[in-house]
Amino acid sequence: MKHYKKMVYPYVAWISVMVVAPMLLIMFYAFTKDGNAVLDFVFTLENFKKFFSDTIFISVLGRSLKIAVITTVICLAVGYPAGYFISKCADGVKMKWILLITFPTWINMMVRTYAWRGILQDDGIINKFFGLFGLGPVPMLNTGFAVVLGMVYNFLPFMIIQIYTSLAKLDTSLLEAAADLGANKTKSFLRITLPLSIPGVLSGITLVFLPAVSSFYIPEMLGGGRYYMIGNLIETQFLTTENWNFGSAVSLIMVIIIIVSMYFTGKADKTEIMEQRGN
Amino acid sequence: MKRQNKLSSKILMWVLALFFYAPIIYAIVFSFNEGKSLTNFTGFSFQWYGKMFRDREMKEAVFYTIVIAALATVLSTLFGTVAAIGLSKSNKGLKFAVEQINNLPIMNPDIVTAIGLLVLFATLHFKNGFGTMLLAHVMFCTPYVILSVMPRLRGLDPNLAEAAMDLGATPLYALWKVVIPQIMPGIISGALTAFTMSFDDFVISFFVQGNGVSNISIIVYTMSKRVNPSINALATLVTVIISVFLLLANIVPSKIGKKKNLALPA
Repeated sequence: MKHYKKMVYPYVAWISVMVVAPMLLIMFYAFTKDGNAVLDFVFTLENFKKFFSDTIFISVLGRSLKIAVITTVICLAVGYPAGYFISKCADGVKMKWILLITFPTWINMMVRTYAWRGILQDDGIINKFFGLFGLGPVPMLNTGFAVVLGMVYNFLPFMIIQIYTSLAKLDTSLLEAAADLGANKTKSFLRITLPLSIPGVLSGITLVFLPAVSSFYIPEMLGGGRYYMIGNLIETQFLTTENWNFGSAVSLIMVIIIIVSMYFTGKADKTEIMEQRGN
Repeated sequence: MKRQNKLSSKILMWVLALFFYAPIIYAIVFSFNEGKSLTNFTGFSFQWYGKMFRDREMKEAVFYTIVIAALATVLSTLFGTVAAIGLSKSNKGLKFAVEQINNLPIMNPDIVTAIGLLVLFATLHFKNGFGTMLLAHVMFCTPYVILSVMPRLRGLDPNLAEAAMDLGATPLYALWKVVIPQIMPGIISGALTAFTMSFDDFVISFFVQGNGVSNISIIVYTMSKRVNPSINALATLVTVIISVFLLLANIVPSKIGKKKNLALPA
């Protein structure tokens, strides 16, 4: 089987160029001044200073964290009971619910997010419904509400699936044992089910928080450009003002925030959702 | 009390189902609207489909999305499978390093991968267009193929390939006749993942697009600034394509290998 060893070499070369080099380039740009002449670079912390000394950038960061945290909390509050419910269903029904929840995630996110624009408009279907009771119209599109809704819409399935997976693994004999020993439902939930589902909760939090904090098209599309988040800031630096040095510094700051928050929630990755989607 | 609990969770689940499907149904319904409004359904018509098929930008976007997804799937599946087989035979240090780097594109926020590639292509003086888009898609699809092939290789008996070679098979023949058939389910599911990742990508494609080459997500994003019901027709088309793809992905492998469902949870 030694014969096959060499088969990894082309991939080693490939990831060196396509994965490692881009990361090094981002770091290089973040710590240098403008101009992309690689040869005469000067090390500087100015890009980071620029970010932390301007209240506008700090408020962009604050808004991103706020929206990502709100989204994560809502996803957890709705996703936990949903995952719990599915795990308690009979096997056949379980499968139907999982299918029902994962199917939309296969359809292009952009297309699904776009459709909310029509629904949330002042004369959209929700406000028409309010109108029946003489209420509204309540402005919804281009508000923070729409941004959070769009994120919950896009990322909630990840949370549900993670929590469902951890609850499905739970050994039901533990619950029976607890009941035999006299624990009531609340107690056995708090002492057994909840602690054992924590890994699922944590990876669910990561899978929601990470894309939420770095998203730029949801705030753009549903927030009408008024909800400028850190992803939008990075996008503007690269595609509009072309200040790659500052843009790289901002993305490094974002990555560090994500790494720090992942340190608290433990390791989780998108591969689990792919597994659940059956891949 | 118990019954009440059950009822409230049932209600929660159906509200969730409504929440997840409302936008999809809404887009499909309004793609048949006679008027331009996205909020008032005035009558049935196919005019937005006609507009979509006459819109050169949209047609090209659909074309590029499918072509790039197909090419990226084939390339990343071949590349990922070959790399995974090599990786399974590598020494511990190299294996660990490659696996860690392989996880980077999966763990990193899309926007970080995207700007990394943008900067890389600029440094290499690559002109953004079809080539950069394809390279980028192969780059973010291959790690998923490797991740779905690796567990299959771990469960493989190394003696089988050795035995084939002892009996006179060349390494390549043994690979083709002994190793590949056993890891086939992993390869197929890796390919499925690669296809859907590529087909749905927005963020990375948005940063490396150029030269008139875009994809469905990019078109929807840029066109959504104005009211344009053709987007709903496009959304309906995308929903149909993906549904058919998922259906085929579930039927074909089960017909070939009598394996359980690969694409959707069984």
